[in-house]
Amino acid sequence: MTFLDYYKILGLDNKATPKEIKSAYRRLARKYHPDLNPNDKDAKKKFQEINEANEVLSDPEKRKKYDQYGKDWQHADQFESSKQYQEKQAGSQKRSYSDTQFEGDFSDFFESMFGGSSSAGRSRQVKFRGEDFNAELHLDLVDAYKTHQQTLTVNGKKIRITIPAGIENGQTIKIPGHGGQGINGGPNGDLYITFLIANDPKYKRLGNNLYTTVDLDLYLAVLGGEITLDTLGGKVKLKVKPETQNGSKIKLKDKGFPVYKNEGHFGDLYITYVIKIPTNLTEKQKALFNELSKS
Amino acid sequence: MQTENLIAINEFCISHNVENSFISSLKETGLIEITTVEETEFIDAGQLRQLEKFIQFYYELDINLEGIETINHLLNRISCLQDEIVLLKNKLRLYETFD
Repeated sequence: MTFLDYYKILGLDNKATPKEIKSAYRRLARKYHPDLNPNDKDAKKKFQEINEANEVLSDPEKRKKYDQYGKDWQHADQFESSKQYQEKQAGSQKRSYSDTQFEGDFSDFFESMFGGSSSAGRSRQVKFRGEDFNAELHLDLVDAYKTHQQTLTVNGKKIRITIPAGIENGQTIKIPGHGGQGINGGPNGDLYITFLIANDPKYKRLGNNLYTTVDLDLYLAVLGGEITLDTLGGKVKLKVKPETQNGSKIKLKDKGFPVYKNEGHFGDLYITYVIKIPTNLTEKQKALFNELSKS
Repeated sequence: MQTENLIAINEFCISHNVENSFISSLKETGLIEITTVEETEFIDAGQLRQLEKFIQFYYELDINLEGIETINHLLNRISCLQDEIVLLKNKLRLYETFD
C-alpha cells in the first residue's frame, strides 16, 4: 500500500483553502469525469483519485487526520475510529460522486485511514441509480454464429444471458438492471457486455460476409466436378467449373454470417480457390504431362 | 396509457433534490423528452441514466445548459466514431490476417 499525496493529486499545496480545494476538484472533475471520457480507463482511474482526494480534503476532520498522519498512515488508528467519523457525517445531504458511481472504489490507503467509503455510513434520503458495470465476453466465431445462452458471474451473482446470432466483434450490449444496486431504493445500474470474437483459422468475417479459401486439386480444377464444403451452417455441395483458375473467387449467397437480430437473414460466403499442383509425380505421370505440354 | 415505465417529474425532483425548472429547461432544449398524462409530467425510465448525467454536469461540475447541450452533442459524435472504429478495426483485422 502506498501513500497517496492528495494535495498533489489536486495540484495544490497543503495550505490550500477550502475554496481552492473545491475549485481544483471541480476543474479536474470536469476534465476527467467518466461521463465526459467514455471508455477511457485512464480517465476513470484519475477521476477516482481526484474524488478520493476531495473526499478527504473537503472534510475538515478527515483533512486534519490526513495532515497529521498521512505519511504515517499505519499509526492512524490512534486517532479516532472511522466509525465515529461516519456517524458525524450521518444526515449530510452533500452529494458526491462516490455516492453514485464509485462507491467502494477507494484506494487501500483510504480504506486504511478512514475505514472505507464514507458515503457508506451516510444516512441519505436521496435515491440514486446504481453503478453501471462493464464486462468483456470472449467468443469464437462458431459461438457467435448461433443464438445461444451463457451464464456469467457478475459481482458474485449468476446471470443467464441470451447472445443473439450475428453479434459483432467489439459490439456492446446492455443488460438493464444488472449493474450495481441502487442507493436508498434507487434503480439498479446496467450491465454492459462487450463481445470479443477471436479470429477463426478457417473463416474471416467482414460484417455479415464470410471469406475462406478452398484447395482444389489440379485435375478437378482442369476438368471440373463437384466438391462438398463444410460451412458454419452445414455441408454444401458445390460444382466446380472446368478450367477453374487459381485465385478465382465465387460467392455463395446467404451462406455467410447471420444478420444480427434479423432471423433467417444471412450474409454471403466468398470462396477463393487455391489450386494445388501435384507433387511426387511418377515417371508415367511426368510422361503424360510432357505429352500434354506438347499437345 | 401505460405508465409503469414512467417516473413522475415531481417525485424525481424531490428525491434527487433538483429544481423542476432545470428539468423544464432540459425539455425545452430537447435534451430529454417528457410525457404528460392527465396533466402530470413523467419521464421514461429509459432516460433516467441520461437525466442523472445531466444533473451531475449541472450541479456537480458547474456546467451550464449550453455546455450540457454541446457536451451531449460531442458525446453522441464520440459514440458514433467509436462504433466506426470498431467496424474499421474489424476490417483491418481481416486484411492483416487474410491472404
